[in-house]
Amino acid sequence: MALLETRNLTAFYGDFQALFGVDIRVEEGETIAIIGANGAGKTTLMRSLSGVLKNVPDAITFEGQAIGDLPADAVMTRGIAMVPEGRKLFPSLSVEENLMIGSYGRQIKGAWSLDAVYKLFPVLQERRNNPGTALSGGQQQMVAIGRALMSNPRLLLCDEISLGLAPVVIKDIYAAIPRIKASGASMVIVEQDIGQALKVADRVYCMMEGRITLSGTPEALSREAIHDAYFGKVEAA
Amino acid sequence: MIWVNTIVQGILLGGLYALFAAGLSLVFGIMRLVNLAHGDLIVLGAYLILLLVTLLGLSPFVAVLVAAPAMFALGWALQRYMLNRVLGDDILPPLLVTFGLSIVLQNALLEGFSADSQRLPTAGLASASIELGAINVGVLPLMTLVTAVLVIVVLNQIFYRTRLGRAFRATSDDAVTASLMGIKPANIFAVATGIAMIIVTIAALYLGTRANFDPSVGPARLIYAFEAVIIGGLGSLWGTLLGGIIIGLAQTLGAAINPEWQILSGHIAFLLVLLVRPRGLFPRAVD
Ligand SMILES: Nc1ncnc2c1ncn2[C@@H]1O[C@H](COP(=O)(O)OP(=O)(O)O)[C@@H](O)[C@H]1O
Ligand SMILES: [Mg+2]
Repeated sequence: MALLETRNLTAFYGDFQALFGVDIRVEEGETIAIIGANGAGKTTLMRSLSGVLKNVPDAITFEGQAIGDLPADAVMTRGIAMVPEGRKLFPSLSVEENLMIGSYGRQIKGAWSLDAVYKLFPVLQERRNNPGTALSGGQQQMVAIGRALMSNPRLLLCDEISLGLAPVVIKDIYAAIPRIKASGASMVIVEQDIGQALKVADRVYCMMEGRITLSGTPEALSREAIHDAYFGKVEAA
Repeated sequence: MIWVNTIVQGILLGGLYALFAAGLSLVFGIMRLVNLAHGDLIVLGAYLILLLVTLLGLSPFVAVLVAAPAMFALGWALQRYMLNRVLGDDILPPLLVTFGLSIVLQNALLEGFSADSQRLPTAGLASASIELGAINVGVLPLMTLVTAVLVIVVLNQIFYRTRLGRAFRATSDDAVTASLMGIKPANIFAVATGIAMIIVTIAALYLGTRANFDPSVGPARLIYAFEAVIIGGLGSLWGTLLGGIIIGLAQTLGAAINPEWQILSGHIAFLLVLLVRPRGLFPRAVD
């Protein structure tokens, strides 16, 4: 049984349909990358998985149970944590408080704790008493990842994990991924940088205009296939 | 010496206004909700205490302990089942609903208790005073100010030192992201209004023991509270205390010059502060 599975997942913003029958699957322990151009529907998919956008119950199953209609707080309690696009740290909370609130709805013992997060990202410990929003973009992303890990999630969703960050920082963040994986968490990472995505992922889904246009292991996907799935097939003249 | 006395009395009066305002400030700080029925809820609290005093023969200072949990429950339900439904980007619906609630409360109290003015019995405490040097300080006003400071200390502790307080601040920053942390914003708002109603009950105790009240006095308390909150800076609890003291001082000083100027002086002080600091004395950095 897959850890998470979507079946014919759709999403609407008013009359505008943003997802058209998306089917994805995440196996226990897998790291999945979702790639696709701006506006492809990646964020909409992540918001659906995390319960921010509601669906019919059966559209999403997690550990065998239908969760498509659960609100975000109930989804989080079951073990799906999210690193939202744009990081969304709480400006009124210090770095440490931002981390602590990550386990608000799910306080279970596991690999992750304040100490473990500080060990993963030592710079955060030095800045623990700063307001979260006083940090650099890369450090904010570390807080957002640490905050999500604090609940010891079964599944970690990361929307645009490296967007807008300096290359050295991206290296630090990607260095954390194997350690998160080793802790037993499965991951879904949205990444526009195809090269990075192919490096860390066990499997890749490519999205275009609200649909999955390609999926497979990094080894199995050719550059042409990814190009076509990403930008659409250019009709032969 | 008479001026020192006037200033001391003004500061003490400010304690009462800060108590009126603290609940309003808390709710506004967390959910940007202006509760126009706040003053009437204080009056409701005073009648509830009066009821307990009359029916059970309790002292008002004991009755408040019974009334407070009931008012918490009322506030919780009010937020959960009514106000949460109208909270949103548009600020008008909550204003309309709480304005309606204010009218309903006034009329219900009028129906239930008549327009006669009432007073909570204090067994002489209301007229007791202590000598501080050459100044005579009323025991009840002194208790009011001390209570106001305590209420604000406790609220600040909750806000900045507890798990619940973190959830308050996070939800206030961004309710959607807060829900990704497992927080239920609807519940957090309900708890916040419940806590505000506990403060309302404490304010009601002093409203009712210090002066007469009747079903119509709520809106005037709302105005003082509102001015205190705005002077202090929206969302700052210590600012609210200072705002209350500024109004209290202005009223007492105005009255010392001419008794007819009491109320007006408070409003003028409010306008003057706004002229100099349009966002209040301690505005929140993030809004
Ligand atoms: N809040 C919204 N209201 C209306 N349309 C939206 C909203 N958010 C996203 N969309 C639209 O949905 C589509 C998918 O957006 P999104 O999921 O953010 O894509 P991606 O994350 O892949 O860039 C886009 O066409 C976008 O304009
Ligand atoms: Mg996106």
